[in-house]
Amino acid sequence: MIKLNYPYTREAIKDLKAGDMVLISGKIFTGRDAVHKYLHETHTSPVNLYNQIIYHCGPVILQNAQTKKYEVKAAGPTTSIREEPYQWEIMQDQGIVGIIGKGGMGPKTLDGLIKFGCVYFHAIGGAAQVLAERIISVDNVYLSELGSPEAMWELSVIDFPVVVTMDSHGYSLHEIIKRKSDQNLKMLLDS
Amino acid sequence: MINLNNANLKETLLASLLELLRRTSSELTKDVYDIIEKVYASEEDGSKAKYAMEIIKDNIELAKKKSAPICQDTGTILIYVSHPVGFPQNDFRKLTEQVIIKATELGYLRQNSVNSITQKNAGNNIGPGHPSIHFEEYEEHEKSHIEIRMMLKGGGCENVGIQYSLPNVQIKANRDLYGVKKALLDAVAQAQGKGCSPGILGVCIGGDRGSSYEESKRQLLRNLDDHNTNAELDTLEKEIVKLSNKLEIGPMGFGGSNTILSCKIGHLNRLPASFFVTVSYMCWAHRRQGVVLDSGLNIKSWLY
Repeated sequence: MIKLNYPYTREAIKDLKAGDMVLISGKIFTGRDAVHKYLHETHTSPVNLYNQIIYHCGPVILQNAQTKKYEVKAAGPTTSIREEPYQWEIMQDQGIVGIIGKGGMGPKTLDGLIKFGCVYFHAIGGAAQVLAERIISVDNVYLSELGSPEAMWELSVIDFPVVVTMDSHGYSLHEIIKRKSDQNLKMLLDS
Repeated sequence: MINLNNANLKETLLASLLELLRRTSSELTKDVYDIIEKVYASEEDGSKAKYAMEIIKDNIELAKKKSAPICQDTGTILIYVSHPVGFPQNDFRKLTEQVIIKATELGYLRQNSVNSITQKNAGNNIGPGHPSIHFEEYEEHEKSHIEIRMMLKGGGCENVGIQYSLPNVQIKANRDLYGVKKALLDAVAQAQGKGCSPGILGVCIGGDRGSSYEESKRQLLRNLDDHNTNAELDTLEKEIVKLSNKLEIGPMGFGGSNTILSCKIGHLNRLPASFFVTVSYMCWAHRRQGVVLDSGLNIKSWLY
């Protein structure tokens, strides 16, 4: 198990390879469909994302009526491929070093990972409680007008469990598994 | 005849529905959990597949302990009500909406219903088509109790659902069970890990495009341990699980020997011109539960 700690550096990202199991500790920013569309269209971000990690996640966050503090009730990853049209430009514009999501992304994002020295982490889809437990604080919220699941939440995490499935050297575990499963399918159907 | 204008009955039904919703969102039923345990045990130690299954197992236990959503995508709320003749469907619908609003405030459900034109989140999970309630009336005097089944189906797995029209040249599938088999394996291969594998296939052969999807979802209500009443389909269900797992897509698409937990296949009559094979993919977090209500609308027993 590899540990990746904040502040994240390009060197540490470069060392990560597809297949590595990693525990992330530090800051992450949620961003899903509406945030990606916003960042892509405006080329600006309400917060500096340089060397930061974006988490494809629409959490369940409730505000405590008494303390007014935000509480994370559930926070697993959402399907990343929907951000494929935007991710490359966001890597270029914002200088992020990591993306956490699920399901993997396409060739354009893989190209961006190589070009901008970034990495794609796969979290366990559906594991909303295990992942919410690793979020130790909600530090801020941006673009809250997009609605709670779509807003950009600034979170601090500890030992957030992920697997690198696309690295900055052009390797994609998704491509490898897809190729293999297509071969297996062909064999099953031909036999 | 049930009168939902009666304040006591109304309160009891609200409480029963809220408890059903809480359990559906935060607990997996035994049939699902048992297969997940088996899958965990069968993946290789130290593998990414085992790691994924370990987190999945921890998550199931934690969600139950905390009474919190297993997955933050609390999905489309599908409700299937079987009831005696004369059941007040409209009153039931209104009460169900109240319960959903309450459950959203309590965090059992995410704010998960968006207007498709304005893109505005309703904030309370109520809007056209949401929740999706299906009523079924018993034959007169046959039964007097009420059964309510609930299923929460998230967007990740819903998005990898697929409908084939046979014959299909691309996958060389004809209008026969061998063609159905090819379509189903193609669906699993296309989904990869994106539907949060290891998942469950709900399948309908036949019907029109709409009814076929509807029936494919209904198949997901079946107990995972049951047997198809049609012997040919029963064999096909087991074969699909076995062959899908040979694709080596594995949990989350990380590779591994478990890609599908179960496959349930139903059928509807078709037109001579149409032959649909429809797949509703359900993620490992197969959140569905059901209750039998007594005449006072208290929960009498659980269906799973």
